[in-house]
Amino acid sequence: MRSTQVAALLAFALAALLPMLPGVPAYWLTLGSLIGLSAMVALGIVVLTGVAGVVSFGQAMFVGFGAYTTAILTTRYGWPPLATLPVAVLLTGLLAWGIGAITLRLKGHYLPVATIAWNISFFYLTGGLDAFGRFDGISGIPPITIAGLSFAGGASFYLLTLAILALMVVATANLLDSRAGRAIRALRGGVLAAESFGIDTGRARILAFVYAAVLAAISGWLYAHFQRAINPTPFSVTVSIDYLLMAVAGGVGQIGGALVGAGLVTLVRDKLQDVLPALLGTAGNFESIVFGFALILILQFAPEGLWPHLRRWVGRRPEAPAGSPVAAAPSPPPAGAPAGAPAPLLSVVHLRKTFGGLVAVDDLTFRVGAGEIVGLIGPNGAGKSTSFNLITGMLPANGGSIGFRGEELRGWPARRIAPLGLARTFQHVKLVDGMSVLDNVAIGAHLHGRAGPVAGALRLDRAEEARLFARARAALARVGLPGAGDTVAGELPLGQQRLVEIARALALEPALLLLDEPAAGLRHAEKQALAGLLRAVRASGVGVLLVEHDMDFVMELTDRLVVMNFGAELAQGRPAEIQANPAVVEAYLGSAA
Amino acid sequence: MDLSIFVILFQDGVVSAAIYALLALAMVLVFTVTRVIFVPIGEFVSFGALSLAALELGRAPGTVWLLLLFGLASGIVTLWSERRVLTARIWLRTLAETVVLPVAVAALVLLLAPHRPSQWLQVLLALAVTVPLGLFLYGAVYRPLAQASVLVLLIVSVALHIALVGLGLIFFGAEGSRTAPLSQVSLTLGDLSLSGQALAVLVVTAVLIAGLYLFFGRTLIGKALQATAVNRLGAQLVGISPLFSGRFAFGLAALIGTAGGILISPLTTIYYDTGFIIGLKGFVAAIIGGLVSYPVAAGAALLVGIIESFASFFASELKEVIVFMIIVPILFVRSRRSLVLEDEE
Repeated sequence: MRSTQVAALLAFALAALLPMLPGVPAYWLTLGSLIGLSAMVALGIVVLTGVAGVVSFGQAMFVGFGAYTTAILTTRYGWPPLATLPVAVLLTGLLAWGIGAITLRLKGHYLPVATIAWNISFFYLTGGLDAFGRFDGISGIPPITIAGLSFAGGASFYLLTLAILALMVVATANLLDSRAGRAIRALRGGVLAAESFGIDTGRARILAFVYAAVLAAISGWLYAHFQRAINPTPFSVTVSIDYLLMAVAGGVGQIGGALVGAGLVTLVRDKLQDVLPALLGTAGNFESIVFGFALILILQFAPEGLWPHLRRWVGRRPEAPAGSPVAAAPSPPPAGAPAGAPAPLLSVVHLRKTFGGLVAVDDLTFRVGAGEIVGLIGPNGAGKSTSFNLITGMLPANGGSIGFRGEELRGWPARRIAPLGLARTFQHVKLVDGMSVLDNVAIGAHLHGRAGPVAGALRLDRAEEARLFARARAALARVGLPGAGDTVAGELPLGQQRLVEIARALALEPALLLLDEPAAGLRHAEKQALAGLLRAVRASGVGVLLVEHDMDFVMELTDRLVVMNFGAELAQGRPAEIQANPAVVEAYLGSAA
Repeated sequence: MDLSIFVILFQDGVVSAAIYALLALAMVLVFTVTRVIFVPIGEFVSFGALSLAALELGRAPGTVWLLLLFGLASGIVTLWSERRVLTARIWLRTLAETVVLPVAVAALVLLLAPHRPSQWLQVLLALAVTVPLGLFLYGAVYRPLAQASVLVLLIVSVALHIALVGLGLIFFGAEGSRTAPLSQVSLTLGDLSLSGQALAVLVVTAVLIAGLYLFFGRTLIGKALQATAVNRLGAQLVGISPLFSGRFAFGLAALIGTAGGILISPLTTIYYDTGFIIGLKGFVAAIIGGLVSYPVAAGAALLVGIIESFASFFASELKEVIVFMIIVPILFVRSRRSLVLEDEE
């Protein structure tokens, strides 16, 4: 058991002891319950905003979905409270999925804006329709009873809230440390990198959105049975902002941040509600002024929130990146092209790409066979990286064809190409910065697993995870970084980050490996090691296409070269032939005249 | 519904649409130049209207204190962020702008308010006391975050809106106000009767839009702002200061928002928090225009205004819901169209 788990367990045990202490005021338990309910919503925001990078100003609306669902079902249709929970969760999940499907594929700011509009609409809808009791709301909601046990009392409800919160914390930690969770975390490293390893980034964002909404709905379900009466006010946009403030103040990147933030904001609000109206002489929600400016100041001065600072005070290093403690299994032999297949792996024919009037790639034709290293070289701006992006489906080609293992790839998105066994690295490294090296490499193995979010949250995916991490560890060992697995990816020197990218690509177990300037930033000895690695990759039957500017490296390593200039092919041939080709020499050095 | 009701609803819709169009234009302006989604523009609508209402009653508006407060905050942040290059000139300029100017405006307002100056002077005073807030908000809140992502800037905008609404409640109280119409003229064309105020709204909107069009098309500053909107780094490289562009955009947006509030307050009662909903409707229009297109945003504002007007007749309780739900199909269409993947900055 890791120290964080011990600390969390201890914190929850202490919190659970609170009602047992003699002389604890009932109001403390009420506050504690409110903190717990808010922490559930803030926990969802950690996954949604802190991990997936999606901002929502509508979480209070999802709390409202849960609260109104149970309020209507219990008061009008006589349902027992427990029976409404699955309905509330399903209904909210479905609505969140629908909302997410409409907006989440758009660029960043549409979703937050849409959530403001939706939350306001929800406010007026519940306030304006008889079905929702208008602005008077719905009262007479029964307390929760489970197996004859009533949770109407302050202490019993507090303990129930705490127990559910603890379950949510465990489920969230599990989810983030699973295949589905890595897909969500991969969003931070850029959509393109994630998609090129077969991750459906749209679905990963929707998953985070639905998960956060469901946590909010459960909080709302509890809230309705706690207050026994609801009205639209606690589900307004202003309250949504409060939830966001909790997560941001505590530290939106960490689970602990949500808990600390919820506690802090709830307690401060409680004090301010007493102090401010007395100070100003009028009644009103003046704490919103303090909270608004507090949020601005936090974002200006400490965007990472309180949690990292708290951990530093306690004297512990930032959370060690999670990796499964499973012994490295021997690497399975890489799946290269079928033995003895004579057809080329990749065959690019008359490929063409234009940006407006600019022809970036003009009538490019070449092939890469299994067990062959082909270099794609040319001066800057010759169209090499564009060609990579066309082959890997990141840009649509205007003409020509891209044949790969018998399929025509032109028009395919990156996500569909990756499962065929095509992996790549990027000219500008695209790793997930805050994630461990091993987790980054495991993203490459994404397509070799199938466990979903539910299996991840319930820890039913351990056998598969062990396999994925064994693959990741083996790939990391192959690039010569067996000890770097626990390091945070962004802390490695740039050259080693390139190697991690190669390891991630190898973890896909590709038939064709596309490397965009793999040797840039490496020292001489590291380049030698890289060349050795690529030779071993070639020997295992994998085709390699590489763009590289280090000519010694290219000439020594490659079997054939394709030289590009101004988007078009200038020459093809063996390295020695290319070196002797006058057109190539002229393109690189200028004409002798 | 007979024709006369239709005409009245349509006319109401067009008048509100003019205000939404103004706000939508201001938001597009601020977003393209600074990447800030300027949610607090609604507070300028409220504050402008309520300041004028206070002046009509012979009282100094609460905005005076906000002006002093934010001026000071902006001054402190400016001096802090330029602490390494502080010269006497920067000191003086900052002092003049963030202390002397607000104090002068405040003194003027406090002196003149009890004498109930003419309506035009009241309007000018309301503008003078509200518009500089835009500059100060930029200086105190957004300037230190110039490098932040769109999402962080959006969270800050929403937080600022929440804080300003709270301050509005303190300084203006919970009661709503309605100001005297700017014009008493009334035009009658057969069945159609147009109030002077409605006419004033349409004329001022038309003049402002034409002015913006000329400003961006014909003046160097306008072109500089446009350049910043198109390519921030490029504009910086050719010597256009992003600080200047940002301040200008916020100042202009504050002017437009305040003018919108002054125009609409004779037509509807304005409370300390009314501006947000008005601003949000302008925002719906801006969103339909993708936050970049001025003409589409203006056209969308017309749509929003007319839909709202008819919705308030047929289903007054769900009016807001209907208006905000307009963006659902719009976003849906947009999401179908823009499936190309790209990494965000």
